[in-house]
Amino acid sequence: MAPSAQRHAGFSKRAQYTLFTGYIAAGLGTLLGAILLGVSLWQPRFLSGLRGGAQDVVAPATGAAATARTESKGLISTIRGYLRAGSQNAALKREVEIARIRLKEAEAVRQENARLKALLAIRDGEVKPVAVARLVGSTAASTRRFAYLGAGSAQGVAVGMPVVSPRGVVGRILEVGRNSSRVLLILDSESVLPVRRSGDELVAFAEGRGDSLLRIKLINLGLNPLKLGDLFLTSGAGGYYRPGTAVAILTHKSADGGLARIVSDPAATDFVAVMPIFEPEAVEVADTPIERAVGETGERR
Amino acid sequence: MERYAPRARSDAYGRRINRAHSPLVALALPWLSILLGSLLPMFFIATALPLIPPTGFLTLLAWRLVRPGLLPVWAGAPLGLFDDLFSGQPLGSGVLLWSLTMIAIELLDRRLPWRSFAQDWIAATLSLLGYLLAAFLVSGATATAPALVALGPQALLSALLFPAAARLVATLDRLRLTRYRVTA
Repeated sequence: MAPSAQRHAGFSKRAQYTLFTGYIAAGLGTLLGAILLGVSLWQPRFLSGLRGGAQDVVAPATGAAATARTESKGLISTIRGYLRAGSQNAALKREVEIARIRLKEAEAVRQENARLKALLAIRDGEVKPVAVARLVGSTAASTRRFAYLGAGSAQGVAVGMPVVSPRGVVGRILEVGRNSSRVLLILDSESVLPVRRSGDELVAFAEGRGDSLLRIKLINLGLNPLKLGDLFLTSGAGGYYRPGTAVAILTHKSADGGLARIVSDPAATDFVAVMPIFEPEAVEVADTPIERAVGETGERR
Repeated sequence: MERYAPRARSDAYGRRINRAHSPLVALALPWLSILLGSLLPMFFIATALPLIPPTGFLTLLAWRLVRPGLLPVWAGAPLGLFDDLFSGQPLGSGVLLWSLTMIAIELLDRRLPWRSFAQDWIAATLSLLGYLLAAFLVSGATATAPALVALGPQALLSALLFPAAARLVATLDRLRLTRYRVTA
């Protein structure tokens, strides 16, 4: 299309000034953007209240969309279930029988565990989630992997709390609004999670790669002992996540670790639970600068 | 009586007698559609990859290229700020990149005043590629090679979506000038 006449001010002084002011405003906008960007890269918490407020405003709409989305997904899987009902039924019956036996065995183990713990006087109460909510949306267009949660400070959610689904770890609360909060998914390339291999005490770090895979980095280098299909659980190091929650399964091996696929894919996640921080003291100590005293005299931040 | 010039009573925007354009709709519709475009990616599923095109930026490009002269040069800053609230990018990345895009297209208008749709599409694709790459670099995350590769599908999808966005904007532009009954 042809450019409009607005761009050619001609001899009109007024039009010339309008045009000139527009360019000045555009230049100032660019400058403002550069400054804002610099500040928010330097201080990521900068103006996070503004974002939290904006999230709260659209939360009802995104919540409704999330409900519709998960329900339609349920309908599709119901139809798909009918198509393979016969063979699946037989297979499931066999599986349930085995599972019942294993469940009884697990119950016995649990009882023995409780008895031994009582013997050792270890007290561990049941951990109740702070809040259970839906993942209502995500930053699907950005490189960063954030999700939005339909619960905020009004429900007791605080920054740093781990977010888990029934399948495994989803991420960690990054920003809190009144009725919504932002979750840093473990797939984000800024996320590092201490993990261990299930079955033994092989410890590693699971780092997000930004392309839907996690990089497993072993702490002890040497011969790579990993095998494809190894399951990684949270190790509890760092103090945020309770140990023993499933994180990822190894799919590729490399010299110093491997690549793993996340167990709890956010796309397949409906409701998630926000858990309290596993060891708040450890987190506080890790956050405290080395010059400051920690303990009785150290003030809470 | 013979009707005199029957088409004179109406045009593409509706009947003309006792009806007028609404200045509010005419001015607000482009801005509103871009703001809605910024909100749109939030409603999608929590993807493991950045896959959804940046619809807010795409709508801005479409308005600017399909209908030049409507959005002022400085429109990128306020619209980018709104996008930053929801996109997950650090605050300011949208303000900067959207402003730069508007200025770049202004310069393009100076160089190539008369363009075909194909040339607009090329300009939009280049802008989208530059925007996605720059947004990736300033996202605050560690820039890794696999994450860069993961941008590919999103970039392709965005470039292919531009003609649809242009058609949508053309439709909205016609809607923008609908005549409403004058009540006074």
